[in-house]
Amino acid sequence: MQTNFTEEQLRDPETSVANLILRTCVHCGFCTATCPTFVLLGDELDSPRGRIYLIKDMLENQRPASEEVVRHVDRCLSCLSCMSTCPSGVHYMHLVDHARTYIEATYRRPWHDRAMRRMLGAVLPRPALLRLALRGAKIARPLARAIPGNSVPAQRLRAMLKLAPASLPAKGAAERPGVHRAVGTRRGRVALLAGCAQNVLDPAINDATIRLLTRMGVEVVVAEGAGCCGALTHHMGQHDPAMHAAAANIAAWSREIAGEGLDAIVINTSGCGTTVKDYGFMFRTAPDAQRVQAEAVSALAADISEYLTRIGYAPSRPAPGLTVAYHAACSLQHGQKILNEPKTLLRKAGFTVKEPAEGHLCCGSAGTYNVMQPEIAGRLRERKLGNIKATKPDLIAAGNIGCMTQLAGDALPVVHTVQLLDWMAGGPAPQGIAAKSGG
Amino acid sequence: MIAQPEPKQDVLAKRDSIVAGLRALVPGSGVIAEAIRLKPYETDGLSAYRQIPLAVVLPETTEQVAAVMAFCHREGVRVVPRGAGTSLSGGALPMADAVVLGLMRMNRILDIDYGDRCAVVQAGVTNIGITQAVQAEGFFYAPDPSSQLACMIGGNVNMNSGGAHCLRYGVTANNLLGLRVVTVAGEVLDIGGAHLDAAGYDWLGLLTGSEGQLAVVTEVTVRILRSPEGARAMLAAFKSNEIAGACVDAIIGSGIIPVALEFMDRPAIHACEAFAHAGYPLDAEAMLIIEVEGSITEQDYYLDRIREICNRFDPVSLKVSQSAEESLAIWKGRKGAFGAVGRISPDYLCMDGTIPTSRLADVLGRIGEMSAAYGLQVANIFHAGDGNLHPLIMFDANDPASFRKAEDFGADILKLCVEVGGCLTGEHGVGVEKRDLMGVQFSEIELDQQRRVKSAFDPGWLLNPSKVFPLKPGVAAAA
Repeated sequence: MQTNFTEEQLRDPETSVANLILRTCVHCGFCTATCPTFVLLGDELDSPRGRIYLIKDMLENQRPASEEVVRHVDRCLSCLSCMSTCPSGVHYMHLVDHARTYIEATYRRPWHDRAMRRMLGAVLPRPALLRLALRGAKIARPLARAIPGNSVPAQRLRAMLKLAPASLPAKGAAERPGVHRAVGTRRGRVALLAGCAQNVLDPAINDATIRLLTRMGVEVVVAEGAGCCGALTHHMGQHDPAMHAAAANIAAWSREIAGEGLDAIVINTSGCGTTVKDYGFMFRTAPDAQRVQAEAVSALAADISEYLTRIGYAPSRPAPGLTVAYHAACSLQHGQKILNEPKTLLRKAGFTVKEPAEGHLCCGSAGTYNVMQPEIAGRLRERKLGNIKATKPDLIAAGNIGCMTQLAGDALPVVHTVQLLDWMAGGPAPQGIAAKSGG
Repeated sequence: MIAQPEPKQDVLAKRDSIVAGLRALVPGSGVIAEAIRLKPYETDGLSAYRQIPLAVVLPETTEQVAAVMAFCHREGVRVVPRGAGTSLSGGALPMADAVVLGLMRMNRILDIDYGDRCAVVQAGVTNIGITQAVQAEGFFYAPDPSSQLACMIGGNVNMNSGGAHCLRYGVTANNLLGLRVVTVAGEVLDIGGAHLDAAGYDWLGLLTGSEGQLAVVTEVTVRILRSPEGARAMLAAFKSNEIAGACVDAIIGSGIIPVALEFMDRPAIHACEAFAHAGYPLDAEAMLIIEVEGSITEQDYYLDRIREICNRFDPVSLKVSQSAEESLAIWKGRKGAFGAVGRISPDYLCMDGTIPTSRLADVLGRIGEMSAAYGLQVANIFHAGDGNLHPLIMFDANDPASFRKAEDFGADILKLCVEVGGCLTGEHGVGVEKRDLMGVQFSEIELDQQRRVKSAFDPGWLLNPSKVFPLKPGVAAAA
């Protein structure tokens, strides 16, 4: 597609990357069909092609972001379904990430929007603060329905309270840095991204990961100094905090790589995985030493399902006689192009695996999206649950805490894939799940 | 840039009241009128041509479409209908004084009748959406344009779209039973229905392929077919475009009609393989995708006969798909071919001429010579069995000279198609892209007769008037 940037504009490295991405797009429109917001809203402006055009126009004219552009870019889930569909290989993720940063720099949001974003950006990546906030939310939860009005802040507050869990689990094994020794002969050594929000919301996921890996002979390190991957703030266009979080992780893991060495950096929250795998790009203009470290970290990053496939997972319990609807997290299927590994592992573990229709469509979770865009997120949740229920499963398995929180609270239990794999390899059954046969 | 009719100054002058009138008819987010938000609607799948419209309206029901049409008719406002905006001939290119009527929100399946083998769907349902709605019961909708994932059935009707499997099943016109349309004055008409053929004139035939110039299609009744027992694709690779072209003619000439017979040349093979990882032969100059269907015995019989014919043309390799996944990847590459060319060139013009298959080898050779003469690369990806060529001329839109050369090259290819006994368009429609070449195909008398048909439906030429017909009879209007 034609672009109109001046030589001077193209000297800016960010603009130059945006130009290359825009030049790859041939405006064929394939992406519109698999975009959740286009499917729901039926407006070119709420499709990837429309957003690409809005962003192109804004960047070419070096215009501060306007309310109209912000409205439509904000509605993008960053689910990256468009990137799976695009035949031309347009890197939409890098383009929309840049647009979000540009918006943050040039657009003044309404006060309540700014406050909400700052609050989410400050609280979610910090487990102590998040735990405190969720305790408060637990008390305020019954009041959610009493919040009056249909204003944006009211809708968002209600959505936030609805997402807060009714009870908070105790702290898990990955909350503190440390080394979890391999059982028997050590066959590998990995770092586990313990993450931020997941550790508070559902520590059983990290516990299951550590149990399963150590049982398989893999030493698991929760590195000192590593924390939030930066994705949450990155997707809100908060460039500096995102880079800060990423830099801390790169430094922490690089120390481990230089020390006892790492075979992989294992990530069990696919939203984070997509970002860690992009560190190399995020630090492309950093000083050489840091850039090389970032590239090394990205190259070592592996989703738990990838790593388990690599080292060869095998169950030890008899098949549980359960039917699992596998919910493909967008960050896994579109962001990381991991399609088959989780399903193959679940089948190997003895589950009957169902794939719901419209599996490519996002469930509406998308980081902080379900708080910031509650209406669209709610419609996507209903659609997703409808498709899942049509497969008549006993439970839902997913590889991303965001999706799990979004899909929870309905009739079906939602667990992480790794919890089921750990169970079938000798670990405890995930809470609320019991085998129907064998066991 | 393509010439457009003079904008109506009176319409431009009363823009605000037109927008207010539309807002009263289609409430909520259904009217777009701010400059920044109109910009993405300035073009479709042919992004070299652009024009920001007066406004965009996104109705959700036939009643709203009728109200909008009646309003625009009363106000003398031009209307450009738009589906998914995937047209490669600029069929949805707006005009400065026109309202773009987007049918994307009309995306519901209204009725499926397996007994009578038909489905009633709104115009904004995607082509593949019809098949997806009926495939669990073992049915499918046959025409399958490469953009079937995104393109909408209303647009398919207006362009009489084809696709890879039309060799066996025919184009859109052969799979349509009925239409609900809104006339330029806002009346709702039902044409045809859940039965074969219609009483009276063949209105269905007339409206199919009318490029949004006679009426606005809001609902479509299509024929759905029982899915075949099975299908298998074969990849046949050859040493030159001409040899592959001759092989196509030999297959068709033998009386075998595969379900699909597709052609890709070297640049196309490489671009598509990078996208689809389908195991395309990267060492070949040209490749055919040949698909047969039916029972295993039928498939084997036809594949054997086709293999025999291919072997007479000294193939580089012959490979039959071994699994459903492999066939899926083979088709993913072919269907994504145009977009995939975006990997090797920032821009392309996709031509759409049709020729007798007996002339394939000759015409491909001449396109190769033109490519050298113009200094522009071409990728050939097309429905060979139908003789429907899609040379993709690669150029750089950031270089105006390169775009002009590409346009000239494209015009030469289409003139060549007509010269060898073919036609300007196979399935993409005339749009604005081939508008000024219509004089190559038709005499002035023939064009005038067609213009009179348009006038009978739309006396004021309000519906998509800048397309299909040269603006000034006999004179190329391109700037």
